[in-house]
Amino acid sequence: MTLLCFDDTFDGFLTLIFESYRLKIIPDKIIGKSEEQLFLFSRPVFIPAEAEKSDRVWNKIIERTSKDNADRIYRVFMSEVPGSRMLIYEFIRLMTERNYNIEADFTLRPVLEINKLHRKVAREADRIRMFTRFQKTAEKSYFAAFSPQYNVLPLVINHFTDRFSDQEWIIYDLKRNFGFYSDKKETSRISFTDLPVNPVNGQLYESFHDPEERSFQELWRKYYNSIKIEERSNYKLHRQMLPRRFWRYLTEKG
Amino acid sequence: MITEKIFEKLKILADSAKYDVSCASSGTERPNKPGMIGNASAWGICHSFSEDGRCISLMKVMQSNNCIYDCAYCVNRRSNDHPRASFTPQEVSDLTIGFYRRNYIEGLFLSSGVLRNPDYTMEQMISTVKDLRMRHSYNGYIHMKVIPGCSRELILEAGSWADRLSVNMEIASEENLKFLAPEKNYEGILKPIRMITDRISENREDRRKCRKVNKFTPAGQSTQLIVGATPENDRTILSLAGKLYSHRKLKRVYYSGYIPVNDYDRRLPVLSSPPLQREHRLYQADWLLRFYGFSVDEIVNEQHPDLDLVFDPKMNYALRNPELFPVDVNRADYQMLLKVPGIGVHSANLIVSSRRYSRLNSDHLKKIGVVMKRAQYFITCNELGPLRKVTGLDPELVRHLMLSGQKPSGAIQLPLYQPAELYDKYLK
Repeated sequence: MTLLCFDDTFDGFLTLIFESYRLKIIPDKIIGKSEEQLFLFSRPVFIPAEAEKSDRVWNKIIERTSKDNADRIYRVFMSEVPGSRMLIYEFIRLMTERNYNIEADFTLRPVLEINKLHRKVAREADRIRMFTRFQKTAEKSYFAAFSPQYNVLPLVINHFTDRFSDQEWIIYDLKRNFGFYSDKKETSRISFTDLPVNPVNGQLYESFHDPEERSFQELWRKYYNSIKIEERSNYKLHRQMLPRRFWRYLTEKG
Repeated sequence: MITEKIFEKLKILADSAKYDVSCASSGTERPNKPGMIGNASAWGICHSFSEDGRCISLMKVMQSNNCIYDCAYCVNRRSNDHPRASFTPQEVSDLTIGFYRRNYIEGLFLSSGVLRNPDYTMEQMISTVKDLRMRHSYNGYIHMKVIPGCSRELILEAGSWADRLSVNMEIASEENLKFLAPEKNYEGILKPIRMITDRISENREDRRKCRKVNKFTPAGQSTQLIVGATPENDRTILSLAGKLYSHRKLKRVYYSGYIPVNDYDRRLPVLSSPPLQREHRLYQADWLLRFYGFSVDEIVNEQHPDLDLVFDPKMNYALRNPELFPVDVNRADYQMLLKVPGIGVHSANLIVSSRRYSRLNSDHLKKIGVVMKRAQYFITCNELGPLRKVTGLDPELVRHLMLSGQKPSGAIQLPLYQPAELYDKYLK
């Protein structure tokens, strides 16, 4: 079995594709560095990331299809779903083999699969825009934490940077243990070893909260409960729109 | 400072505002400006969903639920014995900004009962919105109710602060409006609607000449109609909606299934539950008007003045016009694909782009997301069952098969309890 291994970044992944073409190796599996120890008998070939090579693959995708399609591929990569990397690999193979732009030819399995998965990731990204809940801290900055299903935080961070440009904030992915910090001027990636956060609901410990934070959370719960119309109760729809897995991080469901 | 009183007021004034269905935050794309808080996204963002499944996007709240009017359908009518409260402009703007900074909401939806007179009420609401924009440097979304009867100047000012304005029509015929709300009339409601429409188009012209002119209600205006409190049929309601879309350029018409809030009032019907299915069908019809290129007459007409509660409006259209079907998915134009039950905007787009490369069969259609359960009767693709291809479409049979939940893939098995005349037709 041919195993190719990359450094877990998107750049590394694109470099791997470049090298597989250059060296004419067709991988059976593409694995990230973090999964390397899962393989006992096969020796994965590690391919280090090179910006120049990954750029060439990225530009090729845009050239042969479109920028939208390239973004779709990036989103599929961020899904971290098993098989998604081979899916992208198959897509790129088809893209180079066919003499037309395949991005809208849904009769090809990888094209359709890429589209389906990209929609799922985009949906999760939307949900992060919707369901992120900031807590005001004693230092007058804002903090939010949760565990998205796919690695979508990097996809939505621009939205928060734009919207909350006059406040200091941190948004943290508890599952992947990284987040973003904005100091009103710049947004940068951060990682903590010991966050003063209750992992169950993403709430900071009480002593870190602004004195009015509790009241605001209480007000929001009050509002949430006043706005529902009893005669129209529809729990099925409610759960469909507001999936259970988000409830523990949502102020109104606390 | 948050006091016990604020809690109480929020409870009362959110409770009073909840019967307004509009919660959309879409229609304006406005990036953040340096030093300001917030932006507006063109698609709108929901932030939560209440237990009735409705989206919570805006903080929907009333400036006050005191009202000088006595409209039969309204929970805040002056003769109701109901807890009353009023927010000061600062209280609303502080709450809004507190919620907004925590990403609970996408913006503010401000409504009000009529205090003293329309102008006074409008002034109160404007000072709230102004406070929010000026003192808090708020750049997010605002939806404001316009109180019919207020002066033109106040409407113009409201529209310069808000993203969307709305005037609720509530009842779809003037006669019934006067019956339930003797203090109101259509002219009074239509006047501000016209004024807003005209000002929006003037503003668009002005902005074409000079980009520096500020936008006036960039997200347009909307209205709401209560369904089921009065005996209008769906044709009346949809014709009104159609006119509001075409003549008055409204962005949205909302339909609100009547909830018996004042069941003691003899002028109102007694309902065991709100007409939610009818409301749902009206929204489907509304979608057909706005996104599927249907006209009102294609959805409801003299013979069928009401929407069918069993089948959706598009299905009914197809069943009433069998001569248009079956549609060949490999050749039909986009507009025709949109008329096929089970094919939506998304799948129609995918069909059009995919069929350039190869002929589509039912397998492709399924993967594309066409709802074959409905679409199968109305399309032909590369391969299709002989029955439908030879005999074309028989509305009666389709109706029957849809209701019995049969899967007629391949040969259709006629159920035993089928009406005799259908037997004669198909088993001959």
